[in-house]
Amino acid sequence: MSPRILHIAANTFREAVRDRVLFNLIAFALLMSGAAILVGQISIGIERLVVVNLGLTAVSVFGVVIAIFIGIGLVSKEIEKRTLYTVLSRPVGRWEFIVGKFLGLAGTLVVNTVFMAVGVFAALLYVSRTFVWADAWILVALYFIVLQFLMITAIALLFSSFSSPLLSAVFAFSLFVIGSFAEDLRGFAAMAHGVGRFLATGAVYLVPNFSSLNIITSVAHQQPVMGDSIVSNSVYALLYTGMALCGAVLIFETRNLK
Amino acid sequence: MSAIEILGLAKNYTVGFWQKREKCALRPLHLSVDEGEIFGFLGPNGAGKTTTLKLLMGLVFPSEGSARILGMEINNPRMKAQIGFLPEQPYFYDYLTANELLEYYAQLSGVAARDRRTKVSEVLGRVGLEGAGRTQLRKFSKGMLQRVGIAQAILHDPKVLFFDEPMSGLDPIGRREVRDLMEELKRQGKTVFFSTHILSDAESLCDRVAIIHLGELRGVGAVADLTSSVEGKAEIIWHGSTVPPSIKGLTSECRLTGDTVRAVVREANQDAAIDGLRQAGIRIISITPVRTSLEEYFVRKLKPSETAAGVRS
Repeated sequence: MSPRILHIAANTFREAVRDRVLFNLIAFALLMSGAAILVGQISIGIERLVVVNLGLTAVSVFGVVIAIFIGIGLVSKEIEKRTLYTVLSRPVGRWEFIVGKFLGLAGTLVVNTVFMAVGVFAALLYVSRTFVWADAWILVALYFIVLQFLMITAIALLFSSFSSPLLSAVFAFSLFVIGSFAEDLRGFAAMAHGVGRFLATGAVYLVPNFSSLNIITSVAHQQPVMGDSIVSNSVYALLYTGMALCGAVLIFETRNLK
Repeated sequence: MSAIEILGLAKNYTVGFWQKREKCALRPLHLSVDEGEIFGFLGPNGAGKTTTLKLLMGLVFPSEGSARILGMEINNPRMKAQIGFLPEQPYFYDYLTANELLEYYAQLSGVAARDRRTKVSEVLGRVGLEGAGRTQLRKFSKGMLQRVGIAQAILHDPKVLFFDEPMSGLDPIGRREVRDLMEELKRQGKTVFFSTHILSDAESLCDRVAIIHLGELRGVGAVADLTSSVEGKAEIIWHGSTVPPSIKGLTSECRLTGDTVRAVVREANQDAAIDGLRQAGIRIISITPVRTSLEEYFVRKLKPSETAAGVRS
């Protein structure tokens, strides 16, 4: 990998840290501590279920909000503030800039998720007093959440490469919501007829399938995750991320920076 | 050898949402800048100076034409490692300190890791910012940011430098320091291409200048050639505060500044004016032929009647 990509990624990570993005961890820590203490008092027998559900949902929501709201500004902010001029006048390819920005934000989200995961396991230990083997599936759920972050970051970056931050936020958030109901959309496509079926099937393939990456409920119920599901979801998420990034690069390569 | 060759570079933008129309930002521009030259690119606001620089930096794409810098195409990464660019009113990552920003740019420019710190502190010293390296850029004044901008442009020791309005935001001392720096870069054999609308800077610094207006090249040449035409008038300066009655009819302009008087006379009346002053017992300080200033040349080239005919590139 080009060292310039890593330098851009490191600078993006540093920007996120200095913009106090990781301060969300404080809110998360407060939420998990409060939940762990409250759950112990009000939910007899299902403390573990509630903590895992609440914890993983919070990890997902916090991360998606960061991915969208930072991702949409990754390119447009640099153009608007003209910080990009002194970067692209150096021997830096436009594709290197996009990939570096993506890796920087993805790295921020991974670090954020690692800290949050520690919080989830700490809260779980507090309410259950011990870990069981089934808790290992929480790690798979967290891995799937990170895959979602990669996809949503790439999508936000794609919109950021040609649209304003506000529109990018609307587009990215809409895709996230629609993608979270991708399985329902698939069911609708199977039932539809004629042009409706054609359009719905097209949308099924186009919209990111976040619902198959959401295994929070099954993990909270200590249900195992199949190996082939891990492989297929990983391949799907990485391919989708790669395609969105390629789209962002293709658009950005031809864009005039007025 | 030419450091910069611009071969018919032109830029049209499409404007309007429903009714799209073409807007010409730069008409086909032909220009060449020799190695080791300080070249001034002059024009009023909105003339097309920044568009030309953005085209050369690969930030916008030309509608037609091409350009070569150091014999290489404008998007060649090898070429980009050998140029430095200061954008107009630069804005940098304000969460970084000056040291961090310059180290980041050094990384992107391919400066070896072992040399980075030395280069950064050296270049900060050159722009008068020694001691400010650990300050976050959000605490910098406009003038300090301009100096950081110059530092990042010269950081990697490039052969060709492009400065867009380098004196903008600087106080008189800062402007003087930038002028000195540009002269030093010239002595080191660097080529400097800078845009400005401050004509005195161009007149004192440039080997050659080009004048652009409404996206069209209006004139180009050596500053000395452009300003050498004698207008058939002379300026006489003498000590005193009065104009003797005998020469009142000979002068076309007369100005009193402090304890000196400046008068412009036609060449034909020059001897008579000198005689008149001597007879009045007035001490003459100087007599200088009036030459076209760069400002006059510039204003003349901006008039609509002037065409690009006869332009030398």
